[in-house]
Amino acid sequence: MKIKLFLILLLSFLTKNLFAQTTQNPFYTNGKIYVVVAVILIIFTGIIIFLISIDRRLTKTEKELKENNKKD
Amino acid sequence: MIYSNWWKYTGVVLVLYSLIGGLLFVNPNNLLFLDETVRNLNYHVPMWFAMISLLTISVASSILYLKTFNEKYDIIASKSAVVAVFFGLMGLATGSFWAKFSWGTWWTTDYKLNGAAIGELIYFAYLILRSSVEEPSKKARLSSVYSIFAFPLFVVFTLILPKLASNSMHPGSGDTVGFNKYPLNNNLRITFYPAVLGWIAISWWITTILIRIEFLKSNKYSDEN
Repeated sequence: MKIKLFLILLLSFLTKNLFAQTTQNPFYTNGKIYVVVAVILIIFTGIIIFLISIDRRLTKTEKELKENNKKD
Repeated sequence: MIYSNWWKYTGVVLVLYSLIGGLLFVNPNNLLFLDETVRNLNYHVPMWFAMISLLTISVASSILYLKTFNEKYDIIASKSAVVAVFFGLMGLATGSFWAKFSWGTWWTTDYKLNGAAIGELIYFAYLILRSSVEEPSKKARLSSVYSIFAFPLFVVFTLILPKLASNSMHPGSGDTVGFNKYPLNNNLRITFYPAVLGWIAISWWITTILIRIEFLKSNKYSDEN
């Protein structure tokens, strides 16, 4: 019995949460502008991570070449 | 500056802030026919700031090249010009699109617009000049001299002539309403200045990557660290 009660309570909390999402979640407010902001941020972060990885690869190559030159 | 990292991350944070803030923090109402498009201030104008700062670096290293004849400065000058031209094209494209929906046309014979286009052509000529000379030291010397003439012309066409013009539509030139005269201008400033600084940093970051590749090709990296 207790488990049933617990489940009912749990599920009711879950549904309450779902209703709250549609009304309070910022992604549904202000004409959904936050969705646009999020998309722009994903693209920009992607480009920056790409740029950082290029930068790191370049630093690695520079170090390798430097060490090779020392050996010569 | 080429091998340190702190300014790269500062630039990224500033641009992130302006990307979010340009859409959320700025409240552009009551701005004549511009409506919401005034938010483009945060995205269109920094392209030109990035271009001009890179061109300044380019002409400065051209002068240094002619002083020292160190190949290093020629690489810096040419790669800065390449990235500057790219950012200029971004500026032209975004400006043209913005113009379509605020002035009703993709392009108009405005002093600022034509000046920017001519400035862009001046630097196309610089890049074509570079690719048409085979011998490296001759290429470096010719293009450095050209760059010293090109930069003042660029400034005249994009900044000085539009200021003198009496009938330019572009803000910040002639007698048009400038940035300072808009209502709520302080509201716009909070994201505009970070955007300018951030894009300058990011454009210089891209430039340093190109520069470092060229340094690697000519084994110049070793005396730089």
